[in-house]
Formats: sequence, C-alpha cells, structure tokens
Amino acid sequence: MAGLKCRWIISFYSVNFVLNSVAGGLVFGALETSLKADTVATTLINGAGATFPFPLYSKWFFEYQKENPEVQINYQSIGSGGGIRQFLQETVDFGATDLPMSDAQLTKSKKSVLHIPTVLGATVITYNLPNASKESTPSALKLSPDVVADIFLGTLSNWNDSRIKKLNPTISFPSDLSIIVARRSDGSGTTAIFTDYLSKISSEWKQKVGMGTSVNWPAGLGGKGNEGVSGIIKHTPGAIGYIELTYAESTHLPYASIQNKAGNFVLPNLKSVTAAAEAFSNQLPDDFRLSITNPDGPNAYPISAFTYFLVYQTLQSTKGEKIVKFLKWAVTHGQKYAEKLYYAPLPPSLVRKVEAKIGKINIQP
Amino acid sequence: MEYTSIKLMPVIIPNTTSTAKTGLLKRSRTRISEVHFADRLFAGILKFAASGLIVLLFSIGFFLFHTALPSIEKFGWHFPFTSTWDPVQEVFGALPVIYGTVVSSFIAVLIAAPLSIGVALFLTEVAPTRISKVLSFLVEMLAAIPSVVYGLWGIFVLAPKLRETVEPALGKSLGFLPFFSGPKYGVGMLAAGLILAIMITPTVFSISKEVFLAVPASLKEAALALGATRWEMMKISILKSAKTGVFGAIILGLGRALGETMAVTMVIGNSAKISASLFAPGQTMASVIANEYAEATGEVHLAALAEIGLALFFITFIVNTLARLFVLRGLRLESQGRHT
Repeated sequence: MAGLKCRWIISFYSVNFVLNSVAGGLVFGALETSLKADTVATTLINGAGATFPFPLYSKWFFEYQKENPEVQINYQSIGSGGGIRQFLQETVDFGATDLPMSDAQLTKSKKSVLHIPTVLGATVITYNLPNASKESTPSALKLSPDVVADIFLGTLSNWNDSRIKKLNPTISFPSDLSIIVARRSDGSGTTAIFTDYLSKISSEWKQKVGMGTSVNWPAGLGGKGNEGVSGIIKHTPGAIGYIELTYAESTHLPYASIQNKAGNFVLPNLKSVTAAAEAFSNQLPDDFRLSITNPDGPNAYPISAFTYFLVYQTLQSTKGEKIVKFLKWAVTHGQKYAEKLYYAPLPPSLVRKVEAKIGKINIQP
Repeated sequence: MEYTSIKLMPVIIPNTTSTAKTGLLKRSRTRISEVHFADRLFAGILKFAASGLIVLLFSIGFFLFHTALPSIEKFGWHFPFTSTWDPVQEVFGALPVIYGTVVSSFIAVLIAAPLSIGVALFLTEVAPTRISKVLSFLVEMLAAIPSVVYGLWGIFVLAPKLRETVEPALGKSLGFLPFFSGPKYGVGMLAAGLILAIMITPTVFSISKEVFLAVPASLKEAALALGATRWEMMKISILKSAKTGVFGAIILGLGRALGETMAVTMVIGNSAKISASLFAPGQTMASVIANEYAEATGEVHLAALAEIGLALFFITFIVNTLARLFVLRGLRLESQGRHT
C-alpha cells in the first residue's frame, strides 16, 4: 500500500512538473504553494525496470525528494526485461534490473553501461503442509539441495518420501499427499534467481531446463506474480513454491531453511543474505555482475541476489550530476530503509567499492 | 487479352461511380460551406476520427507483423504445430497455447450458450415484466465486473471448491473418460472454462434477448392462433426465426472468450503442455503474452510472443466479423418477416 501511495505521489509530481513548465506555474502553482518544488527549477529523472525492489525504490524516491525538492524521480516498475529494453533505447535515464545484463545485451549498447548494486534480496521456498505447521514452528521444514532440485524437476512428488522425512525427523508428514509445485508463470527476476540456484546445484536441471526469467518448467502450476504463487500455495494442501522474502513476510507464509554449501541449514534473513554477499567479496568482478547463489559462507543463505540500477558511464551535465548525487545517496543513506522492507543492505566493504564506481561516472558538459 | 480486360474492368467501373459520387459530394459540400463553416469543420473532424480508427487497426496489425518477423523467419510453418515452449533455448511452438485457447473457449461456450439463451427466452417470454427488468439488469451487470475480480474470485473461491468437491465427484463418476482423470489441482483448464462461461454469459444473453425481442409479434400470434402451446410457439416462431442471430450472439461470446486474458491467466495454471484432462493446467494465447512479454529480453522470444499476438488478432477479427454478419442478417431476416 505504501508503495502504491508513493507511486501516486511520484506520478503526481511528474504530472505537475510537466503542467508547470507548460502553464508557467500560473494555474497549478496555486495548488501547491506549500511545495518548495515550485520555486526551484526541477529536474525530472526517469527510470524503469524491476518490480522486486519497487517498494524500497519508491520509499527512496519519496525520502530523497523530501531532502532534494529540485529533483523529481519518476519510476515505472515494468519488470527487469522491460527496464533493460527501455534503458537500451534510451527512453529512460536509468534502468533497474534483478539480473545483470548479459554480455550479448551489453554488446547491443553503443555506450558503456554501469551496474550499480542497490540492495540484496532473498527468494524463499514456501509451502503448505496441513499437519506440519500446527505441530511445529512454521519455519521448521528443512530442505537439502538435492531434494529441492528433485521436487522442482517433478521426480520427487509425495510428502511421504523418505528423504524429506530423514531431513525433518520432528515433523509428522501426511501419509499420502502429492507435492504440487507452484511457480511464477510471468517472466520474473525471482524466477531467474531461483533457476540460477537450481542450475548450480543440479546438473540435471542445468541440462534439461537451465536458468532464465521464464523457463520451460517440467512440473507444476504457474501463478501470475508473487500474489498468484502465494494464492496457489495458501489454498492447495501439499503445495510448495518460491517467492520473495519480502512477500512471504508480509503474507505470513512459512518458509523452509535450506542446506547451504557448507552443510548448514540456514533460514533466509538479513544476516544470512548479507553473509552470502560477503562470501563472494573476493570474487566480485569490477563491473559487479555476479550471481551470489549457492555461496561458500557457513551462515550464508543460498538463494539471494543483488538488484541493480543501470546507468551509462557518460551522462549529460546538469541531469547527470543529479543522477550521480542520487545514486551516492541510495547506496549510503538509502541503505537504512532497506531492513524495514526485508531487503538486505549492501555490506559496508561493497558500499565503498560502489561509491568509487559512481565517482567514476563522466559528466559531459 | 483476358488479363487486360479483367484488369480494365475494375478501373473503369469505380471511375464512373466515383466521379458520380464526388460530384454529389461536391454539391453537398458547397452547400454546407455556404451555410456554415462550423458544419464543415465538424464533418472534417468526424472524417479524421473515422479514418484514424482504420489507420490504427492496420498499424496494430503491421506492428505485430513487424515484431514477429524474426520468429516467422526462424520457425516458419512449424510454429503453430510444435509444442515446445522453451525461452531458455529460444525454441518456440504455439500448439499448446492454441490448444488451451480453443479448449477453454469451447468449455465456456458449451456452458454459457444454453444458459444464456434459456435465461433470455425466460426473461422475454415467460417472466413478468418487472422481474424481467431486474434480472436482465443483474445479468448484464456481470459484464461490468472487472476481469481481475473474476480472477481473484476464481483463485480464492472457485478453485478450492473445484478441488475439494467438483473435481473428485467428476473423477468418481466420469473418471473413465480421459477428460476427468488425473490429479486435481482446482486451478486448470476446467476452472478457466467456467470463469470464461460466466464472463461471456452477459454478452450472449443480451444479444440473444435483442434478437428474441425483434421477432415480430405477428409470428408469435400466428403460432398461438394455430393452437400451439407456449413452448411450441417459442420453438416454432422465436427460436426458428432467431436462429441466425442467436448463432451470431454465441460467436460474439466466443470472440470474447478467445481474447480474455487476466481472469484466465489467474486460474488456468499456466503450463504450456497439452493434456487430455480438463483438471490439468494449461495456457492460452492471451495468457502467455500477458505472462512473458514484460520480462522477455531475447529477440526471438519477443518475436514469438508477437506472432501469437498476430494470430490472436486475426482469429478474433475473423470471429467477430462472422458474428456481426450473423447478428445483422438475423435481425434483417426478422424485420423482413415483420413487413410481410
């Protein structure tokens, strides 16, 4: 709801901005005398892309505009793919994506592209087990990588399977209940992160299905959006699926702890997600394009990812300066808003690297 | 020789008619300009709007074709006949979504047609006027409900009911048929067909009602005068003469079912696989576009989605044209009946 409200306000501002510049502020200026925006020349920054971090981004734009009334940021959460398309066509000033751009996409761009990591998000495995959730804490289900892979491949299809029982001796499973896989039907960054994880832990998955924003699923029911998947899970006993941590928290769905590379069962939370990013800090390439699924750290949660802003290396003067200032604010001051909305802030060591990267953006006079 | 004569014919004929027409138009136009500048301006605006619509229609078709080109070139005629839909490998075949569209719409028409024709007949011929007015209004109100609301109702009410009661019962009694076998999910082809049936009922109903009302009273009176019972009168006079129009109404409903996106996407289970069972999840042409377009980054993937859009555009275009022809013909036949 807060996201929606912010979006309204953002679009309201941008409409007003246009109208102001057309009508010289004569007509609409009277309506918003209380807003400082009226007296300062405003710069409109347009962005488009990922839906996954949208709640946080709209909070950022809202807070940033309060501090810097001379900047109006208009962001359309049309999905990562659409964000990349619009960014490449240069119809927006910055893009946003959950998946870093591929090499093939980068070659399509005439200008050099920068990936700016903004925050980290986790994808969780949530489920509907009628008996289990009553008798134990909701998050007690433990899953190992091979079990996860076989469930989503459709080869492990009943909750009475001995491998699941062995992992969860304290849970009494129904004697005969089919596992119904629920997954996203719409192309999504969440799917990309999850299938990236599956490709890393299962060679069979990598060969048969692979990773992407939409894949050819071997099993299950597709729901549109996080709400579609959680709708199927809530109303189908025996269902299991993946959604964003933010969404699982706000809808109070139980989620599984997953065995990581070190062999520990880890629940998704801000600490374990940040630990995943830290585990990769030595391997982080200069352009920050890195998948951090299936990390090495003992306490790292295995299914999480960076989400990025996309900007060009060279920006036009006045607007470019404003964009750079905002990006710096987002990776530093902005990080404190992440936790409340269940996104993990960037590790401090990474923040310094990203800041240095932002500092290298060229401003063309 | 034949060729030239054929080619000449249409050149000559339109020439004569068009000069005659423009002559007429010129006369009327000069008269208008003498009387009012505003009239001329208004006529211009109307012409612009009317031709704008046609331009818009063609440009949508062209846009779809243009975007679909990479897919048309890559898959050619295999596209509608193969059933792999793999965005990772960039291999696309539209058969499962075509199948899903046809089956879900067919279920919808199978349920909605008898229901809405029955209701329309009841409300025009049997029910007292007051009840008829209220009920007609309520049925037509169904069309005003946004499709996302239908979808939500489908997920939260219809699908659990189907999974817990309807599908097990069907499986028990008719499970020997391949349509009613297999695991019961609730969401799936059957749920999509039922939702569509409810959504197209107001369309089929209100056009059938108009067609029934257009049947001349003299026909009904004649049947009654010959000693027909009320049911026989409906059969002989109304249903028979309204046949064409009702058929058109059904096809118009079908057209809506083919293109419906949101509600279907929410309840069909979105799996691009062909299964004989109606309990199994499926995917329609409209829903695969709605699902994948926003995040499609590969050029071929986008093109394949556009090609499905193009196919859907043509199918609904043809279906709707057919329907309108039938409805118009039906109404004309009846009004001729009235005159004689």
